[in-house]
Amino acid sequence: MEVLKIATAGSVDDGKSTLIGRILYDTKSLTTDKLEAIEKTSKQKGYDYLDFSLATDGLVAEREQGITIDVAHIYFSTAKKSYIIADTPGHVEYTRNMVTGASTSQASVILIDARKGVIEQTNRHFFINNLLRIKDIVVAINKMDLVDYSEDIYNKIKADFESLMSKRDYQDQKITFIPVSALKGDNVVNRSDKMPWYTGQSLLEHLEALDKKDVYNVGTPRFPVQYVIRPKTEEFHDFRGYAGKVYGGELSVGDDIVVLPSQTKSKIKEIYFYNEKYQTASRRSSVTITLENDINVSRGDMIVKEGDLPTIDKQFTANICWMDATRLTTSGKYIVQHGVNKVLAKVDKIHYKINPDYSGIETDVTGLNVNDIAQVTFKLNKPIFYDQFKNHRTNGSFILIDSQTNNTVGAGFIQ
Amino acid sequence: MNKDTSHINSLENEAIYIMREVAAQFDKPVLLFSGGKDSITLVRLAVKAFYPAKIPFPLMHIDTGHNFPETIQFRDKLVKELGLELIVRNVQDSIDEGRVKEESGRYSSRNSLQTTTLLDAIEEFKFDACIGGARRDEEKARAKERIFSVRDDFGQWDEKNQRPELFDMLNGDIEHGQNVRVFPISNWTELDVWSYIEKEDIEIPSIYFAHKRKVFLRDGLIWSHSEYVYQEEDEKVLERMVRFRTVGDMSCTAAVFSEAADITSVVQEIRESTISERGARIDDKRSEAAMEKRKQQGYF
Ligand SMILES: Nc1nc2c(ncn2[C@@H]2O[C@H](COP(=O)(O)OP(=O)(O)O)[C@@H](O)[C@H]2O)c(=O)[nH]1
Ligand SMILES: [Mg+2]
Repeated sequence: MEVLKIATAGSVDDGKSTLIGRILYDTKSLTTDKLEAIEKTSKQKGYDYLDFSLATDGLVAEREQGITIDVAHIYFSTAKKSYIIADTPGHVEYTRNMVTGASTSQASVILIDARKGVIEQTNRHFFINNLLRIKDIVVAINKMDLVDYSEDIYNKIKADFESLMSKRDYQDQKITFIPVSALKGDNVVNRSDKMPWYTGQSLLEHLEALDKKDVYNVGTPRFPVQYVIRPKTEEFHDFRGYAGKVYGGELSVGDDIVVLPSQTKSKIKEIYFYNEKYQTASRRSSVTITLENDINVSRGDMIVKEGDLPTIDKQFTANICWMDATRLTTSGKYIVQHGVNKVLAKVDKIHYKINPDYSGIETDVTGLNVNDIAQVTFKLNKPIFYDQFKNHRTNGSFILIDSQTNNTVGAGFIQ
Repeated sequence: MNKDTSHINSLENEAIYIMREVAAQFDKPVLLFSGGKDSITLVRLAVKAFYPAKIPFPLMHIDTGHNFPETIQFRDKLVKELGLELIVRNVQDSIDEGRVKEESGRYSSRNSLQTTTLLDAIEEFKFDACIGGARRDEEKARAKERIFSVRDDFGQWDEKNQRPELFDMLNGDIEHGQNVRVFPISNWTELDVWSYIEKEDIEIPSIYFAHKRKVFLRDGLIWSHSEYVYQEEDEKVLERMVRFRTVGDMSCTAAVFSEAADITSVVQEIRESTISERGARIDDKRSEAAMEKRKQQGYF
């Protein structure tokens, strides 16, 4: 199994950092020096319990204010798997960090404070996880210790959340509800004896059981060429290899392929991983491919199987999340980075933006502010080769770069 | 701890992808080479990324002059064997030119002086990307680091204003004068690096394995007895079997007692270890926010 990347979502103080700290503690992933530091700081602050959030809140400003500002990546492993958990901040203004965290994750944990139940933020977190088509979601109903481990409260929250589900586009999501206490450790790593009415798995047990098929969608193979390898040595005099990562499916020696945008046809001659040749390149492997014919291929081109072409177009419509303090405007010039390909882009039309409370949409929009989610059509100065996001996570997504500041200012999911 | 190593393949694929993005997106990249296991791992990944061509960028070592001699010998041998270009810039020169001032006293080290020498070298060669071996699991401030991390003209890290990184896409667009620090093994843990070294049979300097060394004890750490390390008269020299988990300067790297004399026993020891790698870094002990402060100033 690959490393399992998990994103967390929840409002401020719902207990994300505590939950992660608790997982680290109960899986014995905290080294003694880190544990001692947590014990020392907890005592200094006058707490009568261990403040596990100290294990993840790394920046000085965060320790001062006691909140998580930026995404932190936490690493731990069990006998079965290696995990990376992204501890994402819960503040409204940090929606962009949540989108970022979810984009690189295969599963997601949404926290709800049992005392507060489903709130507007929960709706937002679920919306983003749905937009990004995360296949496996755990809804962890936390702080059960503060509501007497009540089954009724758990059931009420579960029902409220389920009513959100029917409104969402992506219906193939698997959603699992788990009542937990991050602080006390109930149903986090070990099953709780305080909630006999709950017979499901603990959070970690659930994650341990996840398999590739539970988190990935299999699509069609796409091979964006990253770099052309020309050794120009005696031994490899005529060698012309195309380096890149295989996305969505496999490629094999002998496959009939098409190079985009030239639409030149050829066959895969060899597949190298370092100095060994392979018959097949599996998904997400970084290989080097040679072709039967001596054709001109450069960075930004894409190798795909014959008869299985993506859309080749200078225009597309996408859901985007705007991430910059400077507004997106219809007159702005942006760079679309689609995989390893960069093209100039103009906003053609903003169709609508989603209301901040997700109650509906707002049309007649002239610009977008940070954290807005909207549907936008872009026009490009060169065609790109894309799939719809719902069919291909990698080839259906892109980032927006401000051509003035070079900053990454948005992310998009092609319709 | 995870004994199955198949996840390391996915980390390797990710790192190779990052190496190739660096070569494609930048005009003058450089790989910062310290002689430690993380930078040796980076070299291995770069070799694999560009085979059968040579690594298309040079290595650069910022030499404090207080290195373990074994590291320097190893460095020179590696560079020769792989036919790589190596640039060395010396902290001693920065001191002689009056650019930095040597620290003195009990905890003196040249570790933080490296920053000036590094920034000067980046300027001298006009490097626009510096590949480093930092990992997010090493330290809390590093857990927030991006894979492509933009530094301003002064080499500074603005941790509150970092570019979001989505999916696999790396945005290396920068203005003239800026540069990017690149961390291909961001997502590796210490155990992942060691397991990879074992799996790939990568040669590393002998000081990583148990050996007899003259040491002394201070603040619960094992320090090397050496002309570069300040030592009080009452700090007694002992001869012990030790090895190093992390290798920086002699003045800032503490040893651990160990009998692990080969890679398999080292991996075993790391797997069972209950203290973190950075626990043996004297520079981090200075204060809780030590690393974050150094990073803002342009440290690796
Ligand atoms: N009683 C109780 N308190 C909790 C629980 N989980 C978190 N907390 C407390 O809630 C506060 C916020 O937790 P924190 O992990 O920082 O929340 P975050 O903002 O989501 O990261 C802290 O004071 C925690 O100790 C829980 O399960 N039970
Ligand atoms: Mg937090």
